[in-house]
Parts: sequence; C-alpha cells; structure tokens
Amino acid sequence: MRKSLVALAAGLLLAGSVSAASAADKLKVGFIYLGPIGDLGWTYQHELARQALVKELGDKIETTYLENVPEGPDAERAIEQLVRAGNKLIFTTSFGYMDPTLKVAKKYPNVHFEHATGYKRNANMSTYSSKWYQGRYIQGLIAAKMSKSGVLGYIGSFPIPEVVSGINATMIAAQTINPNIKVKIIWANTWFDPGKEADAAKALIDQGADVIMQHTDSPAAMQIASERGKLAFGQDSEMIKFGPKTQLTSILDTWAPYYIERVKAELDGTWKSEDTWGGLDSHMFAMAPYTNMPDDVKKIAEDAQAAITAGKLHPFKCPVIGQDGKEIECKGGANLADGQILGMNFYVKGIDDKLPGK
Amino acid sequence: MQLVLEKRTERSNTIALVSPLIAIGLTIATMTILFAILGKNPLLALHAYFIAPLTDGYSLQEIAVKATPLVMIAIGLALCYLANAWNIGAEGQFLFGAVAGSWIAVKTQGTDAGAWVLPAMLVLAAAAGALYALIPAICKVKFGASEILISLMLVYVADLLLDYLVRGPWRDPNGFNFPTTAEFDSVATVPLLIEGGRLHLGSIIALLAVAAAAILLGRTIKGFEIRVVGAAPRAARFGGFNANQLIILTFAVSGALAGLAGIIEVAGPVGHLQPGISPGYGFTAIIVAFLGRLNPIGILIAGLFLALTFIGGEQAQIAMKIPLDVTKVFQGMLLFFVLACDSLILYRFKLVFPNRQVARGAG
Repeated sequence: MRKSLVALAAGLLLAGSVSAASAADKLKVGFIYLGPIGDLGWTYQHELARQALVKELGDKIETTYLENVPEGPDAERAIEQLVRAGNKLIFTTSFGYMDPTLKVAKKYPNVHFEHATGYKRNANMSTYSSKWYQGRYIQGLIAAKMSKSGVLGYIGSFPIPEVVSGINATMIAAQTINPNIKVKIIWANTWFDPGKEADAAKALIDQGADVIMQHTDSPAAMQIASERGKLAFGQDSEMIKFGPKTQLTSILDTWAPYYIERVKAELDGTWKSEDTWGGLDSHMFAMAPYTNMPDDVKKIAEDAQAAITAGKLHPFKCPVIGQDGKEIECKGGANLADGQILGMNFYVKGIDDKLPGK
Repeated sequence: MQLVLEKRTERSNTIALVSPLIAIGLTIATMTILFAILGKNPLLALHAYFIAPLTDGYSLQEIAVKATPLVMIAIGLALCYLANAWNIGAEGQFLFGAVAGSWIAVKTQGTDAGAWVLPAMLVLAAAAGALYALIPAICKVKFGASEILISLMLVYVADLLLDYLVRGPWRDPNGFNFPTTAEFDSVATVPLLIEGGRLHLGSIIALLAVAAAAILLGRTIKGFEIRVVGAAPRAARFGGFNANQLIILTFAVSGALAGLAGIIEVAGPVGHLQPGISPGYGFTAIIVAFLGRLNPIGILIAGLFLALTFIGGEQAQIAMKIPLDVTKVFQGMLLFFVLACDSLILYRFKLVFPNRQVARGAG
C-alpha cells in the first residue's frame, strides 16, 4: 500500500513537470495585487484587465497572480517568487510596491517590470498611471450642480499627490459652478477597509455633505449614501449596483488596453522602460454612464469630458490659486506642469482644511 | 452512551510530545479533503506547501527571514507567559522599538556617521521596547491593572506614533509626500549574510535569543523562579520568590526582544520606516509561542514551520493557482487542531453509559 502511494506521488510529480515543460514556450506574465480580487475596486479592475489580456493573447501567454500582498516586508519576496517561477513580465499594481519592485528589478536585469503609479524607474522597470484628476474635474462639476447643501464629502485614502490633485481638481471645477462650495475631507488612511470607509461616509453625511466622493476602493461609501438617500461617485469600478439611485458616475480604471499593448511589445521583443501617464484621450480610464442627474447636468459633464479628451480643457489651467490666496508658480506654460501635478502637495483656495503633514 | 472529557489525574507527557504531531497530521488530512473539493491534486498541493520550499536555497533563506521576527518575539512572550504575565502587546513593542531605532537612522542620514550607527540603533530599539513593555508591567504591579488590556491598547498608540512620524517630521523630502522615510544609509542597514540573498544578521540574533532563553530556563535559578511563579504561585511565595519582580523582568525582556525584532525588520528587509512594517508579527508570535509550547527550541521549530506555511502558501498560489484564502484557512485550522489536541494532555476521552448510573441510583 505504502509503495503504491509513493509510486502515485512520483507519477503525479512527473506529470506536473511534464505539463510545466509544455507551458515553457509561453510567455509568463505575473501580477501582484494589493487587495483580494473580489474587492470590487482597484484590484478587481486589474484582475478584469488580466482576464481581458488572457482572452486576447491566451494562446501565447500564461498569467499568474498573487493577491492580498501587503505593501511591507512581504512584497519583495512575493515579487521575487514570481520571477523565480519564470515570469518574464511582472505588473506590480500598487504604489507601495515601488521600492521592492526596484530592488528585485536590479537583481534580475533580464526580467521586465511594470509598476503602477510610482515614480522610480530602471532600465527594466516601467511605470504607468492615469490622469485621474481629469475625471475628478468632471465629478466636481456634477457635484456642485447636484449638491443642495453646498457641502461635498470627500473620503481620502492617503494625502499623497495623486489624491491631493484629485481633491484640487474637484474643487477647481466645483467653484466654476458654485464659488462658495465647501468640501469636508476625511482621511481613511487605507486603500481598502469597508468598515472605515462606511464610517467616514456616515461622518461626512452627518456634517452636512450630500454628495459623497471617495478615493478608497470599496463600495461601502456608496451603500451608506444610498441608505441615507444621498448621492455619490463610484471609484475604480462600476458601482451602480450598490446604489442604483445614488451613483452619479464613476472613474473606471481600464487597464486592459495598456496591459495588452505592453505584453505584445514583450512578445515582439520591443519592450522598453517607459513612463506612461495616460488620460481620457489614451483610454487609461473611462467615465461610467452619467446617471441620476437631470439632462442639463449630464450635458455639462459630457461637454467637459469631450473638451478634456480633445485637449481643449485642462483642470489645472493657470492661474491656480493656493490656499493662502497666492498664485501657484505656473511651470507648464498655460497649465501647471506635469511634475507639479505629480508632486502636488498643496490645497487650492476654497478648501477649508489643512493638508496632513503640512 | 455519551463521550465526555475527563480530567487526567496527572498530565500525560507522551501526549504532550506527540500532540503537535497529531495536530499537524489532522491539519494535513483536512487540507487534503479541502484541496480535493477545490479540484486540486492534494499531493501536488501539499508538495507545493511543504516540500518545494525546502528544496532550494532561496526559499530556505526566505523561511529564515520570515521566521526571524516571529521567533525573536515569541521567545520573549514565552518567558512572560511562563511567569504568568500576559503580554499581548508585543506588536506595540515591536513598532516602538522600530521607531526608536529608526530615529538614529533618520538623524544620521546623509552624514558621515560611522559604523556605530547600526549597533546604536539595535541597543536603543531594545531599550525602547523594554521601556514600552514596562508601562503595562508597572501598572500591573503598582495598581493591579490588567496587563493584557494595557499592553494591547499600547499597540495602537505605537502604531499611530509611527504613522505620525512618517507622515510628518520624518517623511522623505523627495518622496512626493508618500508616508515613508528615505532609504536608510548603508551604515544603518542590517548586513546580509549571503550575497544576493535576503538572509541577514537578524537570523543569527534570533538563534542567540533561542539559546539564551533555553539556558536561562533550563540551567539558572532565575529560570526556575519564572517557571515556579507561573506554575505554582503559592509555592513560589513560600519559596521567597518575588512574583512582581518577575513580572517586571519578563515584560522588560520580552519588550526588548520585540523592539529588537522591530528595528531589525526595518533596517533589514524593509530598508526604511513606513506604516505597515509589521503584518501582525506581534500577534502571530503569540501563536508561535504556544505552538512551540513555550519552550525555546519548540518556538524555533514552530516559527520556522509557520514561516514555511507562508512561503509554501505563496508558491502554491503561483504553481497551482490555489487562492490565498486557503493558506489562511490552513493556518487557522492548524491552530485549532493544536489547541484541540492540547486539551488531551490534561483530559482524556471517556465513554459514559448513563443507563448504568441510573440503575445504580435506583439501587
């Protein structure tokens, strides 16, 4: 009996190695995810893009992902595990993987890395991100139109430039509709924690906010807004099913075209380290349908979207006025320079709050 | 007829030895069923979990790296628990030590400070961890407060302190406002043992801690005192052992070890101070301490075993597309079976026939 078990085990192991050999011709592409693939937000959108990638190029590639990888000491190991499993192109899909990705990239110069939303690059490490502030601008217009109380509620994740530029773009847009618009900001200090996000939404509504916007990943805030009969914007993914009468629109991360393009480049041997920062024009993200608003508001949103896509409207058109009433130095000609937006570390005028850590 | 647990007249040493093995056996058996239900080949899955990581040098290193903080913290906790002092806040002492040690790294950044930086960081971190652990210990001894609650609450204090520092005063000025310090200078980094690997000096320190604890408990009067105070407080009082003094001592030692583990993790695998430096090491170490039955060698084995399940879980995720949740189920199940089997050390199963009792009652 024992012998036959051993034989069985050996047979199974051999079978395993044979199938591994037949898959060896395929390009192995790995993904590191921050949340669970079922977070219905940030990680879910990356997972959808991975599935689209498999659908498009499944006969040439094999994909693997590691989910729920914390942005701490475990990240470097998780990335290296993917390298050691034979992955030649690895997408690390959260900012906090920046230093670990760079460390592993330097160690394995023949493997290519794609890091989302970071700023450190290497000969074999690209970065990619989206100009979400463009979508925030459109949301600011809608929010100012739809708010009866004149108070917007904003759930921030971390006070990093990406989030700060989103708040600023929202307010700049909202002020063009209602110069006295107010925004209440709560920092959840997490990307994904449905409990905290729900608490933040409740607190904001209790402070008089009637339109909730979020830079965190779960649909919890949408559900709270829905329960309380308020309006809200989704984040990362389509959240309309959590608030059919609540969601105004949502910024949808659409990574699939980029992933397909980069994997094709890898297959062709033309991959090289790049810094991609795409906006509405390059389809790095999209706006969910404009819902739960009258036609005139919808038209304002659609017009703004068209103008931004065409490059006629820039949310950070100079002059941009800082909180202290002084004009921010305009380093990009007619608009703030990309570097100023990528490193944004100030609030614009009209935000009655203090940027944490300032 | 019914099955009841009956208290043994004395603890069974045989069961005490084989109980962890039974627990592991039961866990593996249950996992086999679970893998089969998931449609994965159980043999291949178990191979990915337990065998594959042991077959190459890289994974072995990673297991050691992962086990280092767990073992170091668990050793200190075991001393506490043996002395009947319940330190639940090792996570806080870990973070506080990490913060204190990082202070030197941050302040000397970019200066030409010499080789004294890392030793100073280690010493300061251990001292800070000990001091932080002394807060609940002194509250317990002086005011009779619950050391469990106080040490646990202090975890959040340390967590928020770290958070404040990396978002505020210690934030990397070139880091685009992200909550992290700049990468530590090389004099403030724990040296690697193998070029190109991740195994670092911390693992050696952890082994030294294991050896020191084994000698302390097995060969010294102090170790004897700790065990007596924990096991038989009244006898200890008659023996003239000062239980309060031991609470202070064990808390300080366990805080120092946790603080040391904290700075080693920050100055080692992470390389800078940031939020989320600990994926709950201080709490996982409690499991390690009990899994190792509060015995230093046992803790070393338990720490390595738990680390193996982490690394194996990742490899199973990659090689067999087994979801991460299964790894968590696995760890939970292991703890459950260990605790369940442990009850057999003090209790045994007995079949009881209620009918006979009734008959006797009638007669």
